[in-house]
Order: sequence, then structure tokens, then C-alpha cells
Amino acid sequence: MRVALFITCFNDTLYPDTGKAVVQLLERLGHTVEFPLDQTCCGQMHFNTGYRPEAVPLARRFAEVFAGYDAVVTPSASCAGMVRDGHPILLEDKLTDRQPVPMYELVEFLVDVLGLTDVGASFPHRVAYHPTCHSLRGLGLGEKPLALLRAVRGLELVELPAADSCCGFGGTFALKNADTSTAMLTDKLRGVLDSGAEVLCAADNSCLMHIGGGLSRQRSGVRTLHLAEILAATEGEPE
Amino acid sequence: MSGPDNVVWLGALSFPKAARAALADGTLRANLKHATGTIRDKRLAMTAELDDWEQLRDAGAALKKRTLRHLDTYLRQLEESVTRAGGVVHWAADAADANRIVTELVLATGEREVVKVKSMATQEIGLNEALAEAGISAYETDLAELIVQLGHDRPSHILVPAIHRNRAEIRDIFQREMGDWGRAAPTGLTDEPAALAEAARLHLREKFLRAKVAVSGANFAIAESGTVGVVESEGNGRMCLTLPQTLITVMGIEKVLPSWSDLEVFLQLLPRSSTGERMNPYTSTWRGVTPGDGPQVFHLVLLDNGRTDTLADTVGRQALACIRCSACLNVCPVYERTGGHAYGSVYPGPIGAVLTPQLVGVEHAASLPFASTLCGACYEACPVKIDIPEVLVHLRARVVESKRARLRPPTAEALAMKAARMVLAKPGRLRAAQRAARLGGRLLARDGRIGELPLPSALNGWSASRDLPVPPAETFRGWWLRTHSSSATSVKEARSDDA
Repeated sequence: MRVALFITCFNDTLYPDTGKAVVQLLERLGHTVEFPLDQTCCGQMHFNTGYRPEAVPLARRFAEVFAGYDAVVTPSASCAGMVRDGHPILLEDKLTDRQPVPMYELVEFLVDVLGLTDVGASFPHRVAYHPTCHSLRGLGLGEKPLALLRAVRGLELVELPAADSCCGFGGTFALKNADTSTAMLTDKLRGVLDSGAEVLCAADNSCLMHIGGGLSRQRSGVRTLHLAEILAATEGEPE
Repeated sequence: MSGPDNVVWLGALSFPKAARAALADGTLRANLKHATGTIRDKRLAMTAELDDWEQLRDAGAALKKRTLRHLDTYLRQLEESVTRAGGVVHWAADAADANRIVTELVLATGEREVVKVKSMATQEIGLNEALAEAGISAYETDLAELIVQLGHDRPSHILVPAIHRNRAEIRDIFQREMGDWGRAAPTGLTDEPAALAEAARLHLREKFLRAKVAVSGANFAIAESGTVGVVESEGNGRMCLTLPQTLITVMGIEKVLPSWSDLEVFLQLLPRSSTGERMNPYTSTWRGVTPGDGPQVFHLVLLDNGRTDTLADTVGRQALACIRCSACLNVCPVYERTGGHAYGSVYPGPIGAVLTPQLVGVEHAASLPFASTLCGACYEACPVKIDIPEVLVHLRARVVESKRARLRPPTAEALAMKAARMVLAKPGRLRAAQRAARLGGRLLARDGRIGELPLPSALNGWSASRDLPVPPAETFRGWWLRTHSSSATSVKEARSDDA
């Protein structure tokens, strides 16, 4: 199986550790990961903000760069959703015979393709999971991320109150509607603090940047971490 | 009045500005959180009860889709069947048309007051104001609409128009205003729900017994039989539909359904989705007129007001399937924080954000498609499966294109988006931008975080409440090249990365 990593422009720039974690995890599970260096961005920001003509070449480029792989894995539920639902619109799949890129968010790849819930990870901390809107409602990941987390050695999974409420990030929404975004964030932060978690994890670093930015501003001491980094952690390894 | 002047409120602020004021109102936020939370839980309990809920949603979506595709046929059929049953059908192209028709019909009866059944269509066209201009008083009889009318206020929710009010505020409004409109509130009125309901009952009973003309909306009209129907909770609607001699119904053209049996689906979907009830207390249906029973004159005004234009948009037309249940408002995290007034339209919330811009033109409601995080809670709740996030993104593109066509020079946002697209077009450019971001980020960072920014910039909205991460010393790409550079994919990189 030829597996390619789509790191996403956002993770590439701001959260390289998440990408390293995906590579380490998949290599540990016996897979060779390729990283096509011509990749840039799926075009989600442009598409969701209404700039479709700008998003079309990015979608086209994506389709070319990732053609021929058996699986393209990404540590971003929202970018996976963009490729799956947005690209067919931008590339007018209805009118062409384009084969869609076999796009998998990391959890989908681990659980649905590899059939795993125990990936041999160890992470002895109290962790809460925030189901981001794109992972929960967009991709419909449901209980899968929780199943992966429950199998992690030493990890204590705590419940996040009102977990399925949006954190208020929403891409450019966080800038265009900063006040409403902040009001939603405030409630999410209260939930995180009430959960008693030391670490909040999710399948999207973009939402985590927003929540983590609020936790940091409050000097709360709660860390945010992408789910991949928890699944990549093993005993004796620094996190 | 026509076009944008009625669906959206004149002089309404853009959503972000209006939302800021609403967010600062602690009472409003508490009222909304409590009310939407309560309805949300009831709806979940009621929809979970039915094994075939998902099939019902599919059926509702399919029926609406099919009906909209053949809307012209069903409307002509409806006109024939209503006429055959003794009603009179009028066609209104826009709000001004509809208001003129209704005003003339009321004036022709010689009456100067009407009682009203809760109706979104008449809110949409601003009928009460139009009637007032002609010297006709329109009395809202739905309890929540009464609260809104007496409070010189605007509805903030489709189903629960006074959701932004708590009972103490309602008591004050009743005490202050009822006397000016008819029977005054009893002295010593408390804010007990039963006492408030009794005050409204006494006040409204007087209107019901006196009124000769009623105006209603309609939840549906059956093309096959000419049956028109209103679904409600209080029975006040039924008073209006049965006691007066003349009934005038204003209905959006998208409310037509092919046959009576279609109600099997919608009368299950609607109450469970809207009030979280298995069935609604009052479902009134009527066919034309019946000698000696109920209104002896029935007029049906079929309202377009932007609906045909909406129908022409193959993605946006989904919004016309809406059955006005409000489930999307109640689950929306944005609506829960801002309330309905921030949307500046009679149709607030997620459905309003997709319906309003289509009815009035995107340039008149340009901020609404962006008033969402695209979280998808609305789509999940919608009983007729309107993919609201899909329509929002579609309308955002229409807003951007409309600005592109109208605005010279381009907006700062458009320039930024173009620049981002150029950067993302080539990996080499992305790398250069990443280097710049790293440098800039390190300059702004204190204690490993970027706090409030010292200078005004596009990022101030972010940095007021959130720290930014400091860009790390090495990108993922850099790490990969350093650790995995022998892999085959790097050969291609050497060529393309100089761009």
C-alpha cells in the first residue's frame, strides 16, 4: 500500500510535531510513508471564505500531487473534509470522470483501513478529547477517536462537558466575527477547565490553536496536543 | 416597500457589529442559553423516540425537493382547487404587491381592525406596518408575538419570537402597554407564567370576539384538495381561523404540498423538531368556505417575494424546503450567543443566514453567510435535511463575486486571499513565506507565546482574546528533508522548489 502524508500548510508551518508524530506512528505500525514535496494547501480557507476561483488551482494541484497513492493520510479532519466534499465541487466531478483522491483523516486510516484501536501508545496523563465539528459532524468519526485513546497505556480519559459544541474557531470566522468567536471560546474553556484534564486533544490543530490560545492567555496550565502526538507517544520517550 | 426593505430591517448593522452589542447583554445571553438549551433537549428526546426518524427526514427532504421541481404545476393545481372550494386566490410578486392586496381586501370589508395568527410570511412583508399606514390596526394574537408587539420590539426567533425576554420583562411590558391596546393587565400582575397567560387571555378574548377579519399565514396548502393548514400550540390561531367572517391567508409559494397524505410526514417532523412535542396541540385545516360554519369569505395570497429567484439557484434552492421549525436556531452555537436580532432579518439563525440573502439579494445581507463557523449542527438537526453549511459556503462565494464585480479597488481581504493563493501555488514560495512568518513570529513572541499585538492589524480580533503560537524553528518540510531526504519524492522537490 502506497501511503502519502498530506501535512497541510497549517501544520507544516505551525505544528510540525504533529506531522512527525504521524510519520513515527505509521512507521512504527510497519508502513512506509511518502511525503510528496510538491504539496501545498487544499484550498479550504479560500473555499470556505468564498474565494472559489483562487481555490480551484489549489484543488487541481492537490489532485495531481496525490494521484496514484492507495491512501493519503492527513492529521486534519477539516482538510480531509475539504478534499472529500469541497474538491468535487471545485473540480466539477459531476462533469468529469476524475477519480477522487483516497483521502483519510488519521483516525479513519488507523481504525477503518488498518483495523486498529490499540496502536501501542503510552501517555500517562489526564486527557480530554474535543470532537471538532469537522471530525464529529463532517467526517462522522463518532466514537473512533475515543476508542483509540482508551487503548493508550496510562492515559486517563476524562469527559469534556458540552463536548460537541463548536469551540468558535471556524477559520476566518474567528477574525470576521471575533466577538462571537470569543464568546463561544469562553464556554469551551470553562468546559476544559471543569474537566480537570491536563491535556486537551483533538483531530484539528486549527481548533486547538484557538482553544490553546485562550488557555494560554488565561495561563491555565492546560496543554493542547494533537491526537496524533498522543498516539505516537511510547513508554520512555519524551513527549 | 419592496425588495430588501422588509425581510431585512432598514438600517440594520452588519452581523459582527450587531452581535457585539448582543453579546454584551448578560440578561439576553442567559435567557437564550436557558431557552435554547431546554428546547434542544426536548427535541433530542422526541426525535430519539422514533425508529424511523431518519427515514422520515429523507421522506420530507424528497417530498420538498420534488415539489419545488414542479412548483409551477402544483401552484396552478392549488389555485384551481381553492377556487373550486369557494376561496379566492391572489398572486403577489413581491411584498408591496402582497401588502396592497391585503390592505384593499380589508378596506373592502369596511373594517379597521384585524386579528392575526402568528405568521412568518406577514412578518416578512411588513404587513402590520402597511396596514397601519392605511389606518388598519393589526392585533397579534400569538402570545409571543403579542409580547413582541406590545414591547414595540422585533421577533428574535422564528417559533419563539420573544425568546429574548424573560418573564419579569414580560410582566413589565403587559403592565405598561396592554391598556393602550385594549383590556389592561390586572393590577398586581405577577410574573408567574399562569398569571401572565391569564392576562393575555383576557386581553385577547376581547379581540377575538370583536374581530370581523383575520389574517393568517399557512404551514402548508394541499394542491390536490385546496386544503390550507395552520399548526399551532395555543389555540389562539384557531380563534382567528373560525370566529371572523373574512379570512385572508398570506402564504409563501414554497409551502404547497402535492397531496393530503404528504402531511403524514410533515406533521411528524414539524412538532418534534420545533417544540419537541409528539404532536402540536392545534392543527387547523380548511377548504375554501363552508356555508354557516367559520369564515364565509376566504382569500389566499400566494407570495413570491424572491422565492422564484431562489429557486433558480440549484444549490441555494434547498433553503425553500424549510418548514420553519427553528431546530437549526436552537442548536446553533452562534445564535445561542447572539440571539436573533443580530441577524437584522425576520429570518434569523442558520436558516435565516441562507434564506435572507437569497430573498433580498446577497449584496443586501452580505455579512449573514459568514455568521457561522460551519459547525454543521444545523444540518444535523434539520428535519428536511437542508445542507445549510453547503449553502452558506455557496452564498459566501456569491458575496465575494458580487463585491469583486462592484468594488474598485478590491477589498483588503480580497488582496490577502490573492496573495495567499500566490504563496500556496508553489512549495518554494510557501517556504519563503514560512521563513518570514518564523522571523516575524519570533520578533513578537514573549515567553514562548504571542500575546496581544502592539500595533493595529487584521489579527487584532484574534489577539484580543487568544495568544498565537510562535512558529517553530523548523517546518515539517524542513524536518522531512533533513531526516528522510533519500526518499524518491525528494528528487522532484529539487526541481519544483526553486519556483
